[in-house]
Amino acid sequence: MRDIFTISLVFSTIRLATPLVWAAIGGLYSERSGVINIALEGLMLAGAFTAAAVTFYAHSPWVGLGAAGLAGALVASVLAIVCIRFKANEVVAGTGINILFLGLPGVLSGALFLSSGSTPQVPQEQLLPTLAQLVPVAPQWRIFTNVSAISMLALFIVGCTWYVLYRTPFGLRLRSVGENPEAADAAGIRVERIRYAGVVLSGVLAGIGGAYLSIGQSSLFTRNMTAGRGFIALAALIFGKWRPVQTMLACLLFGFADAVTIQMQGVVKMPSGDDVPVQFIQMIPYLVTIVVLAGFIGQSRAPGALGVPYDKEA
Amino acid sequence: MKLELRNVTKRFGAVLANDHLNITVDSGTIHAIVGENGAGKSTAMRIAYGFYTADSGEILVDDAVREIRAPRDAIALGIGMVHQHFMLVRPMTVTENIVLGAEPGSAVALDLRKAAAAIRGLSEEFRLTVDPDAIVETLSVGQQQRVELLKALYRRAELLILDEPTAVLTPQEVEEFFSILRRMRSQGKTVVIITHKLSEVLAISDRVTVMRDGRVVGSVKTRDTNAAELARLMVGREVLLRVEKSPAKPGPDVLTVRNLSVQRVNGVSFAVRAGEIVGIAGVEGNGQTELIEALAGLLPERQVTGTISFGGRDLRAVDARRRREIGIAHVPEDRHRRGLLLEFSLSENSILGVHYRPPAASGVGAMLLDKKAIDRRAEFVIREFDVRPPNPALPARALSGGNQQKLIIGREFELPPVLLLIAQPTRGVDIGAIEFIHRKIIAMRDAGCAVLLVSAELEEVTALADRLLVLHNGRIAGEVDPSLATAEEIGLLMTGGRH
Amino acid sequence: MKLRDLLFPLMAVVCAFAVGAVVVLIIGDSPLQVFSLLLGSALSWPDGIGYTLFFATPLIFTGLAVAVALHGGLLNIGAEGQLYVAAFATAWVGITFAGLPSLLLVPLCCLAAVLAGAAWAAIPGVLKARFGSHEVINTIMLNFIAVALVGYLTQYHYRIPGDPIMESAPIGDTAQIARLGSVIPGLPERIPLNVAFLLALLAAWCVYVLLWKTTWGYEIRATGQNPAAAEYGGISIRRQMVLTMAISGGLAGMVGINEVLGYRYRYYDGFSDNYGFTGIAVALLGRNHPAGVVLAALLFAVLQRGGVPVDAFTQLVSKDIVQILQALVILFVAAEAMFQWKWAGGRRQGTASGSAGAVPSAQAGTATVGKI
Repeated sequence: MRDIFTISLVFSTIRLATPLVWAAIGGLYSERSGVINIALEGLMLAGAFTAAAVTFYAHSPWVGLGAAGLAGALVASVLAIVCIRFKANEVVAGTGINILFLGLPGVLSGALFLSSGSTPQVPQEQLLPTLAQLVPVAPQWRIFTNVSAISMLALFIVGCTWYVLYRTPFGLRLRSVGENPEAADAAGIRVERIRYAGVVLSGVLAGIGGAYLSIGQSSLFTRNMTAGRGFIALAALIFGKWRPVQTMLACLLFGFADAVTIQMQGVVKMPSGDDVPVQFIQMIPYLVTIVVLAGFIGQSRAPGALGVPYDKEA
Repeated sequence: MKLELRNVTKRFGAVLANDHLNITVDSGTIHAIVGENGAGKSTAMRIAYGFYTADSGEILVDDAVREIRAPRDAIALGIGMVHQHFMLVRPMTVTENIVLGAEPGSAVALDLRKAAAAIRGLSEEFRLTVDPDAIVETLSVGQQQRVELLKALYRRAELLILDEPTAVLTPQEVEEFFSILRRMRSQGKTVVIITHKLSEVLAISDRVTVMRDGRVVGSVKTRDTNAAELARLMVGREVLLRVEKSPAKPGPDVLTVRNLSVQRVNGVSFAVRAGEIVGIAGVEGNGQTELIEALAGLLPERQVTGTISFGGRDLRAVDARRRREIGIAHVPEDRHRRGLLLEFSLSENSILGVHYRPPAASGVGAMLLDKKAIDRRAEFVIREFDVRPPNPALPARALSGGNQQKLIIGREFELPPVLLLIAQPTRGVDIGAIEFIHRKIIAMRDAGCAVLLVSAELEEVTALADRLLVLHNGRIAGEVDPSLATAEEIGLLMTGGRH
Repeated sequence: MKLRDLLFPLMAVVCAFAVGAVVVLIIGDSPLQVFSLLLGSALSWPDGIGYTLFFATPLIFTGLAVAVALHGGLLNIGAEGQLYVAAFATAWVGITFAGLPSLLLVPLCCLAAVLAGAAWAAIPGVLKARFGSHEVINTIMLNFIAVALVGYLTQYHYRIPGDPIMESAPIGDTAQIARLGSVIPGLPERIPLNVAFLLALLAAWCVYVLLWKTTWGYEIRATGQNPAAAEYGGISIRRQMVLTMAISGGLAGMVGINEVLGYRYRYYDGFSDNYGFTGIAVALLGRNHPAGVVLAALLFAVLQRGGVPVDAFTQLVSKDIVQILQALVILFVAAEAMFQWKWAGGRRQGTASGSAGAVPSAQAGTATVGKI
């Protein structure tokens, strides 16, 4: 047990929770405005691929990061148009986006890099930096800055989101549109415009979350590298009752579960003395998600108009 | 502020909602617009508010033509609207709701304290007391209406459009509401009320415009007219404002309820006998919905305490399906939510609830649907209950509200029921269908059925019921004889006063 | 079926292909070449048609699975996991009871497929009925769990020692079902098209009868259309959720019959070429009607068959283009309102539309979608 609960577990947790936080907070903007965003998975993949590909060419992770945000915004715009303008079933449309990004990166990487789905490796110095690399610090504190700049940025984004949501007119309008779009419309608010903003924002943030996966945590993009994280982020959002700080805590919980299972590999043994089969360890994050969702969804109060396209003349 | 609609026309698909309307509302008056459901009055005012845009015609504010393409434009001109179904964001506070769209402070910082101060000022000026920090969800209906009025006043509305404002108020609250309107008029504001309650029109308005089938059919000074004339203009013919019925001949108890409690119902006891109509009056939200749903078996059993016995047997362990089998029919208050499968055909809707047993189902284990038998039943119901258009293959969505209601009533009345649970039978239904439905309900009573009727329309429930119970806060506040009781007495019970 | 029911899927396909062509152009290959390879190779005899029908078989099963679930108001994204569990179960029965005669073993294996798929799908059904947690997330989670579980069983318990490939031991000879090549002249037996294809067509017909001719189907559709009204009509919503998911999973599980009993005669890890997800596109394109599902499955099978030469003969485009086309189809079908707009000249038509028993479309909010 002592081998598992170390300081590196804390950093692992932060590292694994970071993409979840970005994606989940992104999802928050969309869902608080009333648009279900099942496509977080696809948006993350879009961001991950774009970041890896662009960084390879531009030799700078920041350019890659920006491109990832842009790519997320673009894909999210498609989702927004399909769901808001054409009033599609949001879950179906989101699933379409997800399937699109099972295949599109493969086609693009085949064309650009002649590979079967992965991008070429980006050299270490061109990856997203840790705080230690950005801010020089005395040696005894260095261990605390061994965390990615993007993780710190995630914390900042959570705080920002809290402020925007509860202390600015935009946040008030966003929440009203998600609870009762008719009331917002009657008050003179442009419902569709706000929803577009919410969805596109979710694309930007989820895209950045994906970028962290490919050029922050790793050094390249591989096919389907998100492995369901977009859905886990959505579960965290529900668990966090669609509130910024609680959602972040939920993401940390999921990150923690993930980190513990990784530490367990090789440490925890079966009664027979053999290693636990890797497949069982792989299952754990997904089982945790199911249990969490089952246990807590009843207590979660979703935005009132979530999933209902606003049709004034209906 | 003077408002004029000139030659306004609006079409929704195949339906002509407004046909070259000409309406003039003089400044500083209370103007009523009356008409049946579907006459187009709400549509006309929503155009004035910018919710819809007219296909043709003009809107003039203070004799100047104005473009009103969205509520924003109307609000900027000083027009405010309070909708029939409140446009409030329930989990937010009163202040947040009032300032939504007109937030004080800057784009990066809301100044809610300034807003709360302004609201308190308005509250006092118009005597609309409400707590700015309260969460809207916790407010009573009357208080929520005050929030809606404050919303319009906060934006400096000079003209207020009120859509069916008294639908959810007790008679006493209606009086308070009228005095608020008179105060506004004395402050120079103009008020437009959309309503179908003729008695209120006569009590409060200065001028009445009557609409029918999308057209204006009359505009008169209120003191020059009366209820009968208005009703005739509304419908186009002489209208029976009171339904004829012979005295009841009640038989034994069919339904006995003792100390029933569930959700908003707080210990209710009463009985309904065969051959009588027991009416339940009360402002919506006092437990009527839950009462009927509990009796129909649609609420979770563990939440229900007390006894319900039907023909001597305990209904508590009997599920919704079985209740229908033993003769309890249910006409739900929300026909779109509970009563119909809108995408299904009339045929398929006509068997909802009996779809799993003969004659709708046949074959081994009653697994197969017998299309011929189903169509035959549907055709019978359509014919007997005057459902139009009489095509069983049409989706239920294609029918008007009144015809949908007739279909549901036909389906339930043909069970045939021993106990009939009916809630809001004529909501959103045109006058012709209302008469028809009332006659059918009385016919069921005369055939020996026990009828429990819930209605928010006082006129309807006093006209139909043989005995009248008034529900307030989930309890029976009192029982009256509907043929003798006055509106004041009933109103007193509705607000909790003792009989 | 009204004209609209046929026209819109067609327009969705055309639009999807149009966008796909743009993607190909951007990459630098010729859309004409790609599409002619994509479509052309499906039409040859015997290989083209034989393989196309073989590829269509699992897609019909998963398409039916998703369609039935959608009629019940549920979105079953878990067909992938359900078919893996089912395929393994089929193989397990085929291995464990290898000595039994065909007449017993084959039905037993088929039953295992259906029951395993149904059980795996019932889990999210129960979770939704009991806890209200959304089936989309749960089915996706169960997909990952299924793959891991079945992988574990294969690797540690059912592999032949020394076999480098992740596959199970072979099933008994008597469990195998006939290839159609043994009864159709001109069709060689090396083409894996087998009896399961006929089973798929039968299943489509059965689904049609179930949904529109039985009381059970009425209840499924009513629950999907309006759960509050279904409840009012005496239907138990919770029971419907579980049963609908079970039927859906059972249909998805039948993929195992095609794969294990008719093709590889063993469980082969990772055999599914995204059948589960393609099933979603198939169901939506086929407007959730069994006949439409069969047609849509054939279309996607054509694309899948064409993916191989596209991969081989074009410079830059890989067979992922097929997945992209599928996704585009889903998006265009979901955005159905786009076509309504064009059709009605800028304004949605009035209320009366669609025949009795109108199929739930990809349009706004299936009834039991719930909050996620």
